[in-house]
Amino acid sequence: MSKPRVATASLAGCFGCHMSILDIDDRILQLIELVEFDKSPIDDYKGFTQRCAIGLIEGGCCNAENVHVLQDFRKNCDILIALGECAICGGIPAMRNTIPLRECLAEAYLDGPTVHNPSRRIPDDPEIPRLLNRVYPCHEVVKMDYYLQGCPPPADAIWAALTALLTNRPIQLPYELLKYD
Amino acid sequence: MATETAERKPTAKRIVIEPVTRVEGHGKVTILLDEQERVRQARLHIVEFRGFERYIRGRPYWEAPVLVQRLCGICPVSHHLAAAKAMDQVVGVDTLPPTAEKMRRLMHYGQMLQSHALHFFHLVSPDLLFGFDADPAIRNIVGVARKFPDLAVQGVMLRKYGQEIIKATAGKKIHGTGAIPGGINKNLSIAERDGFLKDLDQILAWSRGALKIARDYTMEHLKDLADFGSFESNHLSLIRADGAMDLYHGGLRAVGARGGKIFDHVDYRNYLDYIAEEVKPWSYMKFPFIKSLGPEKGWYRVGPLARLNTADFIDTPEAEAARKEFMALTKGKPNNVTMAYHWARMIELLHAAEKIRDLLHDADLQGTELRARGERRPVGIGLIEAPRGTLFHHYEVDENDQIARCNLIVSTTNNNTPMNRAVEKVAHDYLEGVQITEGLLNRIEVAIRAYDPCLSCATHAMGRMPLEVEIVGADGAVRARGGKGLYV
Ligand code: SF4
Repeated sequence: MSKPRVATASLAGCFGCHMSILDIDDRILQLIELVEFDKSPIDDYKGFTQRCAIGLIEGGCCNAENVHVLQDFRKNCDILIALGECAICGGIPAMRNTIPLRECLAEAYLDGPTVHNPSRRIPDDPEIPRLLNRVYPCHEVVKMDYYLQGCPPPADAIWAALTALLTNRPIQLPYELLKYD
Repeated sequence: MATETAERKPTAKRIVIEPVTRVEGHGKVTILLDEQERVRQARLHIVEFRGFERYIRGRPYWEAPVLVQRLCGICPVSHHLAAAKAMDQVVGVDTLPPTAEKMRRLMHYGQMLQSHALHFFHLVSPDLLFGFDADPAIRNIVGVARKFPDLAVQGVMLRKYGQEIIKATAGKKIHGTGAIPGGINKNLSIAERDGFLKDLDQILAWSRGALKIARDYTMEHLKDLADFGSFESNHLSLIRADGAMDLYHGGLRAVGARGGKIFDHVDYRNYLDYIAEEVKPWSYMKFPFIKSLGPEKGWYRVGPLARLNTADFIDTPEAEAARKEFMALTKGKPNNVTMAYHWARMIELLHAAEKIRDLLHDADLQGTELRARGERRPVGIGLIEAPRGTLFHHYEVDENDQIARCNLIVSTTNNNTPMNRAVEKVAHDYLEGVQITEGLLNRIEVAIRAYDPCLSCATHAMGRMPLEVEIVGADGAVRARGGKGLYV
């Protein structure tokens, strides 16, 4: 029997949740015996090659491309896990939701103290994806199956959840592994 | 590049590598070839935007060190400390108690160690060990773990040691809370110290080994690498008052491609007089430059290569010996070889390990004076040498203790123009008039990876390349499309 496949994505996140996956340290060598990695920025398949058992999603959706990637993951993965606060509730990037997008762009590209922008044009080239009006948590875009709290969730929590799912056991997370900071 | 808008010329062939990066966000490369298959435009676009500078307004100043690190979970410590250094000024503190400064330095060297190890072992070693054209299915860290298990374990354990130091100094491996305005919130216990001392010799030995791999690789391939994605540039970093490399604090020094000083020992609180950032419509990442030279000539490189090029010496013996050997290659003048970043990075890895050793033997880490106080000031500007280069944090705080203004220039942004130059150079040298293969496209990413812009930027194509080649008409309509999901 072939090994189950795991895919990961970083949407509007800081990559800290991916770093926390790597913080399982030497257990990563056990993990690569248990699973095959598919599309992931860590060992980076740039597209899905096969159907995956588990998709881990870091970050919410702040632009059209994030939405596209998330939908692609829903289509290709049996189980989707929202990894960390950004995926669960938008996190720090969602702080922009209380402010008109125009003001955020103006601060970055027109009014900042180091800005040099004689044409006063805000980046708008067709090559860069369109920003959404606000940052959306994953479950507002597609159905999510599990949520792992923390910013980021501790490596031990990620390990416990993954090994439980891969061996068909219920996920048991002791209190210390649930961090809300 | 003649024009800054996306060209849509008839029969121009457009090549996209996506996703290529996640540089505090996400990036892609586009290359346009004309009818003669010449490169007419090659660009690295940064495609994500956060708006942090605006939405942090109104937050209390003491939140900044914990909030702002959520910009980047790859080197959160750098943001944590740069913000803390700015907030030291806001609470009126110019000199920290020795325990506080040394705890922060220990945290920072731990960060250097973990970040440089991650980049070299997990991300770059596959290119070096298997070659740029190797089968993408093995050209990744899993492939390294299967073929060179000892090396993979060393990489994992070096990174772990750095992360454990961060945990002991900041409270958490990722997004800690150790640094506070005016100081630090804990010291290092004897038990913690002894735990680190126990593994130290092994860490030093592995660091020497990593340096040797990077050095030997560069020397063996020097002929091919010298020109690979290379170009002359200015270099910028912080520098200690006596000219030593200092990753935590110093004045700004910029040197030209041949070594002439552009400015030196500049108090970084005056950075606005020296640095500006150009906005271009095709990227959310701005393009910094030295004001006196203007946007055309003033762009510069930061990070390990730039730091080696700006420093007069390194104050730890083994890294200094390595620096001398490195600089001898260019007779003491700046080294402008893009691929020399890897060697420079490993010299810094060993330097970080040596610094950690020296700090662990310093009794100040067990001191109990953790914090200083002073008169509130309205502005704080904190700079630090992050693993990827100089990082700028600038805050203005109003009388209600709320942040009124914020300006950040993150390390990778400083390397924006250089990364684009590297992409352009490799595209010209390898993609013109030939059958485009995955290996050739990987070369574009190899050049970007040298700058260690961020994790997924530095990652690898496996199996299927999401390579898209489009022939686009003048009206923007796609006339022909091929190669999507091309297997190569
Ligand atoms: S939850 Fe925290 S660690 Fe994870 S991506 Fe968001 S900010 Fe980063």
